[in-house]
Amino acid sequence: MNIIVCIKQVPDTTEVKINPETGTLIREGVPSIINPFDTYAIEEGLRLKEKFGGKVTVISMGPPQAMEALKEAVAMGADEAILLSDKAFAGSDTWATAYTLSQAIKKLGEFDLILCGKQAIDGDTGQVGPGIARQLGISQLTYVFKIRHLDPESRTIVVERLLEEGREVVETKLPALLTVVKDINQPRYPTFLGIRRATRMQIPVWGAADLPGADSSKFGLKGSPTQVVRVFNPPKREGKVEIIQADSVDEAASILADKLLAEKVI
Amino acid sequence: MDFALTEEHQMVRKMVREFAEKEIAPYIKELDRKHQYSRDILTKMGQQGILGICIPVKYGGAGMDYISLAIACEELERVDTSARVVLSVHIGLNSLSLLQWGTEEQKQKYLVPQAMGQKIATYALTEPNAGSDAVGIQTTARKEGDHYVLNGEKMWISLADVADHFLIIAWTDMEKKKKRDHSGMSAFIVERSFPGVKTGTIHGKLGVRAGNTGSITLTDCMVPAENLLGQEGEGFKIAMSALDGGRYTVAAGAVGLIEACLEASVRYANERYAFGVPIGQHQLVQQMIAKMVARRDAGRWLVYYAGWLKNQGIRNTRETSLAKWINCDAAFDSAADAVQIHGAYGYCDEYDVERYLRNSKGAVIYEGSREIHQLIQAQYALGYRQDKPLRCELPAYDPVEWQSEG
Ligand SMILES: Cc1cc2nc3c(=O)[nH]c(=O)nc-3n(C[C@H](O)[C@H](O)[C@H](O)COP(=O)(O)OP(=O)(O)OC[C@H]3O[C@@H](n4cnc5c(N)ncnc54)[C@H](O)[C@@H]3O)c2cc1C
Ligand SMILES: Cc1cc2nc3c(=O)[nH]c(=O)nc-3n(C[C@H](O)[C@H](O)[C@H](O)COP(=O)(O)OP(=O)(O)OC[C@H]3O[C@@H](n4cnc5c(N)ncnc54)[C@H](O)[C@@H]3O)c2cc1C
Repeated sequence: MNIIVCIKQVPDTTEVKINPETGTLIREGVPSIINPFDTYAIEEGLRLKEKFGGKVTVISMGPPQAMEALKEAVAMGADEAILLSDKAFAGSDTWATAYTLSQAIKKLGEFDLILCGKQAIDGDTGQVGPGIARQLGISQLTYVFKIRHLDPESRTIVVERLLEEGREVVETKLPALLTVVKDINQPRYPTFLGIRRATRMQIPVWGAADLPGADSSKFGLKGSPTQVVRVFNPPKREGKVEIIQADSVDEAASILADKLLAEKVI
Repeated sequence: MDFALTEEHQMVRKMVREFAEKEIAPYIKELDRKHQYSRDILTKMGQQGILGICIPVKYGGAGMDYISLAIACEELERVDTSARVVLSVHIGLNSLSLLQWGTEEQKQKYLVPQAMGQKIATYALTEPNAGSDAVGIQTTARKEGDHYVLNGEKMWISLADVADHFLIIAWTDMEKKKKRDHSGMSAFIVERSFPGVKTGTIHGKLGVRAGNTGSITLTDCMVPAENLLGQEGEGFKIAMSALDGGRYTVAAGAVGLIEACLEASVRYANERYAFGVPIGQHQLVQQMIAKMVARRDAGRWLVYYAGWLKNQGIRNTRETSLAKWINCDAAFDSAADAVQIHGAYGYCDEYDVERYLRNSKGAVIYEGSREIHQLIQAQYALGYRQDKPLRCELPAYDPVEWQSEG
């Protein structure tokens, strides 16, 4: 199994600050982590490798400091890592990000599976995984919560998707792209051996010039069809607390049930 | 001079911190309240390789250096002292002594499973009637054929009721025992399964309530002669050099405890209002915060310097003792200030700082009380005390050697 995991480095906070003038994320001064959903993708990749053999390659597009995220993935057990970093990639929207990542994946050659997180906790669009699948012309299985069955011989995969209304079981052919939710597994910690490998590994950095097959007008800000018109915080939701007073617990419960029914919550 | 932690050290810190926050922090308040020790946490520490962090790979360890050991202690004690105590006895006092003094057979038999976390180890010097006065211990080891027969009682032993292997200090020369000549003491590797070993747990402790502390009773305990660590008569030297390892972990842990006090205090000082402003704006509160910062940073460099000496293979008894004394006092003072900053809320276990205060007191007593460390420092300064070379020194850290498989 040749497995590719796409990981994004994100600020270690759910409160993303945005530059109001440019509409882009402010990364400075915020400690960075691997996008939490991507750690589940790494873990799933490692488990599949342990089961079927092969290798796990992690790739990330981002500023030079995204190298840290890749090293952490190697410390968890990933075999290889590639950093996509170039001024030409800066300002990419989800389309340009997916384009650049898929060009790099093409360059890597044959693969069986691409794993992504279901979404990034900063950008939050959940579009990059599906975007890569479309660019590469392969099936996409999003919100995967369990891999039920994977057969490298017949090249089929069956997964359970976690949807709002329930679970859905779907099957497709490899190669495929999966985006995973956090119920899929429990990610491991880096190991000491992995930490040593990671700190000694020379991780290649690819820029625009390393993707000669690509159309460079599709990179970065100029290759991004999305125009950010304005970025703003939605008004805070006003909540109010109501304390139900009653003589008995049963009575309080029935008042509560009535109110919930009236509000159409239940 | 080079003050920089390597990238490896930084990744070790991140990993141990994440481990402690996920595997220990969510449970610690309840464990502490119930005076309950968790085998589960210990098992996970073993699986993660933390119980063999600075032991060579060929002896089942993770092959990291002595600074990594300090970082792990800091990060564990930042969450709870009981987790750091495990590293103190299991690695600092026991495993490092096997690495320093053990024969190849002893290392294979005992160090390997300890480093892999399959067996838990501790160190037993203290007795009901002798703590600081180590020469005052009463436990004896009589040679009979190819065995030693041990009799005596050890007290206040961390992990007494949990450990599989004990490093026991006892008298083998009864004449020298009468004369209090410590060259009559020897050290033994004792397994829980040996006949005549009984252990118990001490209840009602002020702190480290999520840790196990207890007694070991040895009644005609039969120990094979090959379980003598070092030579007959080297027991006192082994016991003292073990403390160079143990005290180092305690000193490092204390830095983590100060860090925890500081983090909690900063958070609270920004949240709590008094006289219309966050209490952090009151200068006397700032003074307490400033002192915590000073104690943490000064303490960290004392520990890392001792660790650097260990990495170089340079004797560090004085530097380690200094770090242990200063940092444990500093942790206690910081914890007391952290409770102060939290006011009445700090006085109950809704917040963690009261636990920090209770936990910090033990380290001012064990592994050399603060009084003993002051005596040691003064004796070096006055020229009453000098380190003589040991027959076996703790090996310097050699990354190639430490990480080779065979
Ligand atoms: C006009 C425009 C300009 C922008 N400029 C910037 C900018 O200058 N700086 C900036 O930080 N952001 C910028 N962004 C945001 C950027 O487009 C997104 O962060 C990025 O495309 C990923 O989208 P997302 O965060 O929603 O990820 P999602 O689509 O939610 O991520 C899903 C999964 O895709 C994978 N993935 C996502 N991003 C990457 C990546 N970079 N490398 C590897 N795998 C990845 C991961 O597996 C992730 O879990 C810009 C966006 C727009 C619209
Ligand atoms: C939580 C905990 C865990 C422990 N774990 C272990 C363990 O794993 N293994 C182990 O062997 N021991 C362990 N101990 C024991 C510990 O090392 C001893 O308690 C310590 O050495 C002090 O000995 P003592 O309690 O007998 O006090 P004493 O030696 O009786 O001292 C009492 C007081 O007198 C002071 N004092 C003694 N002599 C002098 C002097 N010459 N000058 C000035 N003041 C002096 C001391 O500083 C102290 O304040 C542990 C103790 C605790 C509390």
